[in-house]
Amino acid sequence: MRLLMCPPDHYSIEYEINPWMSKDRQTDRQHAHRQWSDLRQILETCLSSKIDLVEPIAGLPDMVFSANAGVVSGKKFITSNFRHDVRRGEAPYFVEWFLRQGFEIVRLPDEYFFEGEGDLLSRGDGCFAGYHIRSDILAHQRVAEIIESEVLSLELTDDWFYHLDTCFCPLGAGRALYYPPAFDRYARDVLQSHIAELIPVAAAEAQRFACNAIVAGNAIVMNDGCPEAREKLQGLGFTVYETPLDEFIKAGGSAKCMVLTID
Amino acid sequence: MARSIVEISGHIIDSLILPKILDLIINLGAEFRILDIHIGHRRADRSSARIQIDAPTQELLEKILLKVKEHGALPVETEDVTAQFEPAPADGIFPDHFYATTNLPTLIRLHEQWIEVEHPEMDCAIRMILASGRAETVPMHRARKGDLIVVGHAGVKVVPMERRVPREPFEFMSSSVSTEQPKGLLIREIADSMRRTRGERGRILVVAGPGLVHTGASRHLIELIENDFVQVLFAGNGLAVHDIESALYGTSLGVYLDKNIRASEGHEHHLRAINTIRKAGGIRQAVERGLVQRGIFYSCVKKGVDFVLAGSIRDDGPLPDVITDTLKAQDVMREKARDVSFALMMATTLHAIATGNLLPATVKTVCVDINPTVVTKLSDRGTFQAIGLVTDVEPFLRELSQYLRQDDNTLGAV
Repeated sequence: MRLLMCPPDHYSIEYEINPWMSKDRQTDRQHAHRQWSDLRQILETCLSSKIDLVEPIAGLPDMVFSANAGVVSGKKFITSNFRHDVRRGEAPYFVEWFLRQGFEIVRLPDEYFFEGEGDLLSRGDGCFAGYHIRSDILAHQRVAEIIESEVLSLELTDDWFYHLDTCFCPLGAGRALYYPPAFDRYARDVLQSHIAELIPVAAAEAQRFACNAIVAGNAIVMNDGCPEAREKLQGLGFTVYETPLDEFIKAGGSAKCMVLTID
Repeated sequence: MARSIVEISGHIIDSLILPKILDLIINLGAEFRILDIHIGHRRADRSSARIQIDAPTQELLEKILLKVKEHGALPVETEDVTAQFEPAPADGIFPDHFYATTNLPTLIRLHEQWIEVEHPEMDCAIRMILASGRAETVPMHRARKGDLIVVGHAGVKVVPMERRVPREPFEFMSSSVSTEQPKGLLIREIADSMRRTRGERGRILVVAGPGLVHTGASRHLIELIENDFVQVLFAGNGLAVHDIESALYGTSLGVYLDKNIRASEGHEHHLRAINTIRKAGGIRQAVERGLVQRGIFYSCVKKGVDFVLAGSIRDDGPLPDVITDTLKAQDVMREKARDVSFALMMATTLHAIATGNLLPATVKTVCVDINPTVVTKLSDRGTFQAIGLVTDVEPFLRELSQYLRQDDNTLGAV
């Protein structure tokens, strides 16, 4: 697994674009750096992932959440159209990185918001995509054409779980973690009819970003403080790596938000 | 009523986005109609649907459009889309995806103009006549190789029949089948409407079955014909045969109409009547030669009423006037039905539905039958404008002719 990360050199709460963020509750940069480095180390050593880095840019504090920058499909990189102005500046840096790596850059129509892997998760033979809070459903249709795959759009209804990767985590083999109240009833029906074993996460652990986990085969990395989810996952045969990521929860992100899948 | 058409595409079936949008429309107080839907064959294929939204107010429609847009349904810009057409591949064959017509007034977009489709008729296609910039409905069997036929829904607009406020007298009647309503008022309305049609020099079409003769209602229809309330008559062999049988023998199906008793050898009367007319060469000839001196068809000939007799598989004879080629009969009926503005159908299932299929929805249509399913069937097959009256045809016609006579007398007195 090859992942793209961005060091949190400039990470802080400079604006408020989701309910988690408060400029009054600032980040501890050193602390954040240590948590990010620990995550990277687990990914490299325990999950045998290859980590690529994009250079962090001052004034773009959320670049650390590289998952939102776009989606990779083969040698194509679909770049995001961020909903909030404050994040739009991130896109060109990611585009530049992918261009240098020889990727073809695909842009969506300007009028459709799309926030990359934050709202698009593969389930093997197709994808699920979240919409209504950050991404537009019309962007999903374009993405489906580009990646030539089925994309099932799921409406997100809770501002605290504004990206699909904050409330849903495919585990492979017809299993997934999810936080049911984050979806509308049609989306819940869709998940139930497409995923054989849906494992609900309790509210307290959903708020600890239990669903925002990184999965590689039978290994899974997530924020600490989710004992119920951990036990369930262990019961399914997963090796669970917990690592504290509190500093990033201040901005509404956790493990999965900080990696963009390259292949 | 405000209307808009939206389009949605993507993986809308498995994601339940389509049912969600439809639920949304209903929950917000509007109605929808799926105009077309295309479902992808493979998993990665996308599906698409066009949905017509009818909302009670423009304001609500705007609100709904905004709401459904969030779920990916975008308004179709019908105003500037040109109609698409393809040549008919062979005689009697439409191109794939031909636009199937309704009986409502229809417009098509061509050269940035809306053109009215001539002769609205359900279950046809639309043929373009580019040289004259006209468009007309064409039934399948009339399509000729190379005819330009409209395909798809783009650039096609159907004008709904709106209920007018304040209502016109005829619109007092709903199109439901009325079995238990007081019929007097309805019949009065029908009489008024027929009188208005006659006053405006509109053409009234009567479609009737032989039950009209068996029940002794002929004299009332004759009175209507004599007083210019009938311009066109559609029927089958049966009505004409029994009308002529009664003119020649005083019986209908061998029963004396005035005495209600069976005539000896009466069952042969209708066959002998047919033979007489066949020998004469036709109804008109028989009337002109004085062989037939009364009856519905006698009056039709005398008053110059256009009549079309369409054949069916169980006909005896038939009379020489009967068109036995059903497609030819349909074409003649289509031609004669064109300028009709009022249609009265009585005691016939086959001919009522056949005629209903040919009439535009703008033609006021009344269907009278003792069997409620006839009226229901007529509506179900698309003639939704039909007003149904479930009653025996004789008392209906008696009362109708009474109203028409009264009104004529009243008017005469003024």
